[in-house]
Amino acid sequence: MAQGRPIDNNRAIKIDVRDFSFYYGDFQALDSLTLSIREHEITALIGPSGCGKSTFLRALNRMNDTIPGARATGDVLLDGQNIYDPHVDVTELRQRVGMVFQRPNPFPQSIYDNVAFGPRVLGLARNSDLDDIVRQSLESAGLWDEVKHRLRSPALALNPGQQQRLCIARAIAVKPDVILMDEPCSALDPVATLRIEDLMRELAQDYTIVIVTHNMQQAARVSDRTGFFWLGKLIEFDETERLFSTPREALTEAYITGRRG
Amino acid sequence: MRLAMRPAMKRQQTQKIAVGLITGAAVLVVIPIVLVILYIVVQGIGALSWEFLTAPPRNGMTEGGIMPAILGTLILTLGTAIVCLPLAIGAAIYLAEYASDNRLTRWVRLAIVNLAGIPSIVYGLFGLGAFVLFLQFGTSILAGSLTLGIMTLPVVISTAEEAILSVPQEFRLVSQSLGATRWQTIRHQVLPHAMPGIITGVILGLSRAAGETAPILFTVAAFYVPHLPQSISDQTMALPYHLYVIATQVPGMPLSVQYGTALVLLLLVLSLTVVATVIRTRMRRRRDW
Repeated sequence: MAQGRPIDNNRAIKIDVRDFSFYYGDFQALDSLTLSIREHEITALIGPSGCGKSTFLRALNRMNDTIPGARATGDVLLDGQNIYDPHVDVTELRQRVGMVFQRPNPFPQSIYDNVAFGPRVLGLARNSDLDDIVRQSLESAGLWDEVKHRLRSPALALNPGQQQRLCIARAIAVKPDVILMDEPCSALDPVATLRIEDLMRELAQDYTIVIVTHNMQQAARVSDRTGFFWLGKLIEFDETERLFSTPREALTEAYITGRRG
Repeated sequence: MRLAMRPAMKRQQTQKIAVGLITGAAVLVVIPIVLVILYIVVQGIGALSWEFLTAPPRNGMTEGGIMPAILGTLILTLGTAIVCLPLAIGAAIYLAEYASDNRLTRWVRLAIVNLAGIPSIVYGLFGLGAFVLFLQFGTSILAGSLTLGIMTLPVVISTAEEAILSVPQEFRLVSQSLGATRWQTIRHQVLPHAMPGIITGVILGLSRAAGETAPILFTVAAFYVPHLPQSISDQTMALPYHLYVIATQVPGMPLSVQYGTALVLLLLVLSLTVVATVIRTRMRRRRDW
């Protein structure tokens, strides 16, 4: 578990969630969550479908904002600043807290244009600087060697595993601090999945990663800390090794041993 | 077995009759189109010549060419595009991307549906009242372009809106997750993907405008002007109105000139439609979602 990376409790807190609740209209999707996500760690969120883990993930870069009737209470502090403060620029927040989606979803454009899209639109770079960003991002996503000779060919010609790594490169290209991953491997075969998991370990050296997964083995393999969600509540949040070996809550144990969920 | 045979055969017969009727309907639709085109081509092809396309009319319009009318129609089509496109595409973006279901939006949609249903002669009268007389543009390219532009709005708005809505929602989500604003997302992600559909709608709208007579009747079209228009406040000849004039108002008009004019108008409008179709199919082939 956590593949030889000792848990370092001195790592700075990147995202501090305090008494955070989230509502869709009258429906309360998240109930008074409190947890700390530490810098350069991988935090996994597990739980049955509809337990709120994806809602929580999307709350971290306010992607739920577009849903009518969505409303949040409590604090989510990113580097000490409340991201739900009315003065926060949501676009700047999303640039710092990037996202990789469940299904690989490259734009129907070239490999290069996919990675360059963010930096171009945000005006981060142009010309040779842009070439550098594209290259670095593809290298970080472990895709450079496979695509360096065909940057202008369509992204949709790549296989699904490559497409998902391209989406990771696209997210990295705008230089975020945090990367949110919403079941990033659920559409991939086991080999491509392992490839992404290795990549996540490497990315954790530079980024803070939060991943939602249905696959408990994946959470156990890849993450430093794991949170278990049940009906909108955070039942247990602990170091991954401890949560899977000696859970404190009966509900957690029932879920990870497959008796509930 | 034997008992089941009879209803089955009856169903087969019904099937045959239905297919026959439907096929017949499809064939019947094609016949008049082919006949019209054939008839005009056969009657008009003899009149076509370099002079016919490049010279002004002579001798009471019975000789010479129709160049001023061709040029006038091209100018009016361009004017229509300039009036219509910014308004129509802006409205389509608003309706597709920003509009929530409120009173303003419902009024806008109602207005568009009603604009589409107005007969073209009513646009002509509106243009006369609003642009020629009230705004004192006179009978001019300006007044004609405004009238045609407004007439073209609904078709361009609805095709453009449809094209924008057909861009997958996921592209917008990804773009916003990268920190793009809503407008940056529209400008850099949605519009490029919607462009083929928008262009198709624009060209189809313009080809309709190019062929209309009624809206230009009182607003811009000239019976005969010996010179080309010098500014947008001049009148101009235009193909559809010229055709109407030489077919009904000029005695002793050779038939070949009439059909030649009709053929040129037909070719102009058809070529616009063909261009639209080519763009649409080529872009659709490139599209993978």
